[in-house]
Amino acid sequence: MAEVLRPEMLDISNDTSSLASPELLHVLAVDDSIVDRKFIERLLRVSSCKVTVVDSATRALQYLGLDGDNSSVGFQDLKINLIMTDYSMPGMTGYELLKKIKESSAFREIPVVIMSSENILPRIDRCLEEGAEDFLLKPVKLADVKRLRDSLMKAEERVFKNIMHKRELEANDIYSQLKRAKI
Amino acid sequence: MQRQVALIKQSLFDQGYLDEQFIELEELQDDANPNFVEEVATLYFKDSARLISNIEQALERGSFDFNRLDNYMHQFKGSSTSIGASKVKTECTMFREYCRVGNAEGWQDRRGPRRLHVGPSNTGTDQ
Repeated sequence: MAEVLRPEMLDISNDTSSLASPELLHVLAVDDSIVDRKFIERLLRVSSCKVTVVDSATRALQYLGLDGDNSSVGFQDLKINLIMTDYSMPGMTGYELLKKIKESSAFREIPVVIMSSENILPRIDRCLEEGAEDFLLKPVKLADVKRLRDSLMKAEERVFKNIMHKRELEANDIYSQLKRAKI
Repeated sequence: MQRQVALIKQSLFDQGYLDEQFIELEELQDDANPNFVEEVATLYFKDSARLISNIEQALERGSFDFNRLDNYMHQFKGSSTSIGASKVKTECTMFREYCRVGNAEGWQDRRGPRRLHVGPSNTGTDQ
């Protein structure tokens, strides 16, 4: 006796690790100032984000797997929804980090926000031209972080819904085929 | 005791030592993280001590490296801004101005005559 297979029971794809959970955004924050790192980490936690904080652009690249040996590969399983970086940092600046991220095929889609204590228009223009999502003046406000989070979550939700809708269509499709085959 | 602390805190605001950024920090504190402000303040003091020590060393040398001094001041100003230390922030800004004109005398006595001291004064990194 054949069991009627319902779409929900079909194991089309069990891989949910690539699905972005709409609830918890993972933010990578980069700042050389220990006070600012503490501050931005708290702002992000209060905004219900998962936070990873590093103290330099070099470490950020290491974290993303974009340094040295892995220069063009990146860590495909690493899910980062947003990168927030200080502009003025010793060694590699936030601007240079922005460029490296936008050059990487693995991470170029991730929004990058630049933070700076200096309101210098040419600097802001340059960052936006290079693909920065936003430019925030320090000290960063909780309202700024919440606004970023909200707009990102809307975008993630859309992606999530699209994926689920697509899977539903696939499941229904297979179900109909099986029904026709009278299994 | 709590009232005394409250009064001291209020006077810090009244005298311009603290600005609204400090209140922003306080608002980030909650029952789950009751020591946040204290933790940030502790980090700030440690970091400031480091910066001030670096600045003092830089000033002790015969000739002043204005780039380096400006760099330290930029960091000091940044953390002071984040914690709401308003007066410190203002002093840093003023100090950086002196660095910009290469004035070694200015920081010692702001009320004294300002003399242009010829020295490296390249602080600009953006055009």
